[in-house]
Amino acid sequence: MTAHDPQQAARSNAPTTTYLYDACDAAFVRERVAEFRQQVARRLEGAMTEDEFRPFRLMNGLYLQLHAYMLRVAIPYGTLTARQMRRLADIADRWDKGYGHFTTRQNLQYNWPKLVDVPDILEALADVEMHAIQTSGNCIRNVTADHFAGVAVDEMEDPRPTAEFLRQWSSLHAEFSFLPRKFKIAVSGATHDRAAIKAHDIGLRIHRNDRGEPGYEVIVGGGLGRSPFIGKSLREFLPREDLLAYLEAILRVYNRFGRRDNKYKARIKILVHETGIEEIRAQVEAEFAAMDRAPFKHDAQEFARIAGFFAPPPYESLPAESLALEDAKRADAAFKAFAEINVAAHKTPGYAIVTVSLKPIGGVPGDATSAQMRTLADASEKFGFGELRVSHEQNIILPHVKKEDLYALWRMLGAAGLATANAGLLTDIISCPGLDYCSLATARSIPIAQAISRRFKDPERQRLIGRLGIKISGCINACGHHHIGAIGILGLEKKGQESYQITLGGDPSLSASIGELLGPGVTADEVPDVIEHIVDFYLSERQGDERFIDTWRRLGHARFKEVLRREGEDGADI
Amino acid sequence: MALISDGKFVENEWRHLADEEDLPKSGKFIVSHKRLGEAVAALPADTPLGVIVANTTDPAALAPYFPRLALIAVAFPAFSDGRGFSLARLLRRAGFTGELRASGRIVADQSVHARQCGFDSIEIPADLAARQDEAQWRGALEAYSGFYQEGYGAQGSILDRRRKATS
Repeated sequence: MTAHDPQQAARSNAPTTTYLYDACDAAFVRERVAEFRQQVARRLEGAMTEDEFRPFRLMNGLYLQLHAYMLRVAIPYGTLTARQMRRLADIADRWDKGYGHFTTRQNLQYNWPKLVDVPDILEALADVEMHAIQTSGNCIRNVTADHFAGVAVDEMEDPRPTAEFLRQWSSLHAEFSFLPRKFKIAVSGATHDRAAIKAHDIGLRIHRNDRGEPGYEVIVGGGLGRSPFIGKSLREFLPREDLLAYLEAILRVYNRFGRRDNKYKARIKILVHETGIEEIRAQVEAEFAAMDRAPFKHDAQEFARIAGFFAPPPYESLPAESLALEDAKRADAAFKAFAEINVAAHKTPGYAIVTVSLKPIGGVPGDATSAQMRTLADASEKFGFGELRVSHEQNIILPHVKKEDLYALWRMLGAAGLATANAGLLTDIISCPGLDYCSLATARSIPIAQAISRRFKDPERQRLIGRLGIKISGCINACGHHHIGAIGILGLEKKGQESYQITLGGDPSLSASIGELLGPGVTADEVPDVIEHIVDFYLSERQGDERFIDTWRRLGHARFKEVLRREGEDGADI
Repeated sequence: MALISDGKFVENEWRHLADEEDLPKSGKFIVSHKRLGEAVAALPADTPLGVIVANTTDPAALAPYFPRLALIAVAFPAFSDGRGFSLARLLRRAGFTGELRASGRIVADQSVHARQCGFDSIEIPADLAARQDEAQWRGALEAYSGFYQEGYGAQGSILDRRRKATS
């Protein structure tokens, strides 16, 4: 038993570690809501046709799905305060069905809002400095960042000031709101890439030059979808002061020359692929040289103003190790498992980063009920300066928890069904909503994730297997990022039947690679069997602590294909 | 066609000249890009001249004609095709100071985009003008008290306001 009982009153530790709106930001978001309210009214009166209305509702996060509208709320760079999380819960209760779905792009989706309610929902978001701006549409989307920003041990610089700078620059951009296709930017400032920057239209990696000045490697043309590409380096080092001008140059080249004849070939990755990175670089550099860069000159004062909001919270001076934590681990095996799997190293002694898994065994990946959201908000206030993060793995992060509080936090989470010890393990599956919700989907994804999760529910077995990412998409648009899963699953429709293609060897990090196809598609029922065969083969072949991806790289794809063929001949029918 | 400038429906003094029509001796008219050379050669230098160009036009190809052109209209084949916004920026950057007109199915909600990128006027088909009246065009221009982007539009950006507040 620790001194920190979950029932005790919350500490008064107001959130200090994320951007707060000034009067200009607040006015902008309110004006946006008012504009959208007018647009909904004009749509209903017939002043706007559905075709005319569509891009504007999309740029306010509103999709028309299979059964209903879906509203996608932006969580810029994945950072949330407790107050904001509570508001998300309130919206889920008042205007939706009491839950929300956290996505692979650090957004939150409501699956059942009514069109006429959406302006009120946006107003409720604006009250807590949130919005749904540019979470969809052919524009610069919500800018994402490393979910361990500011606390990771391998971080050179917090990527969030850059991301917030870009959020403002890209909001209602006069020139770049009607692009050939959507445009996604991700920022990382650490050695390990947790933001999948090579799978974005632009990935920015913060690093320093020989003189120690901060700048960016600019990676362009990554993306998944039906033609997956790993991004290519456009500039190894771009000084910070040139960031906005250089992005304007890239976007202008893309806006002018990106394909508009075929929506499936309209992303910048296709332009880069068809034109060649050398030629694109020449065009971007020419535009960069020709433009008047004075208006885009880096404003160090403004950058410092923004960066100031992301200052570290008032940490206590603590010993690196906590005796209470070690005692609790010895006393409680289930907690020990959680502490070893879901807790990551923090750069401040005595603190830890906790991943709260939204992947309970057999659950819907990324879903959280309003009650769970409130528990997370309470937990963050009680144990973590009132701050939360959303990861692109569809989990919630509590970024600043004292090691001595971990046991109390774990019990609090457990009571809300939020203590699943599987972060990064096989059952921490990334999945798109699939045919259960999405009008683009060709197959179900959630039931596949649930079946695999149940098959591998034994925690000991999961731990034995170790870190292994499974990613599932219900169509070739690849919202579940299957191309970059160590094991990727793509649901298609073949002659009226769901058919699942399995790929191996995908990698979302800086050593990025696209998965390779294992063989012909299999039925939904067969997927767990195939995964099991692959995993068993890996376990029999791996050397030491070798990760799945490394065993696969060492043995080669053919060996894995062979296993499945052999199993098939043995009568396993796959 | 209807013409909107600064949120108001205004009289259109310019006439689009079809390619098969002869060049008139007087009046304000807009020729196609392919007839531009012919029009410049045939007309007295003081005859007002406008040209309509595709949104894929290379601004450098038009620049030599800037001193002779009172108006450049950029065609918007669809309102969702944003190439015209970049072309407007590039034409302004190349030094064109005459009237810049967006011509096509622009919707009222894009008034701000057009203005910030350097357009002076917007020319839309009559059916669109019948649905989207002057109040909607004016309303769209008045919807925001400020924008984040620097270097777009005549009014200062939100960042400018912040700088003034702290200085």
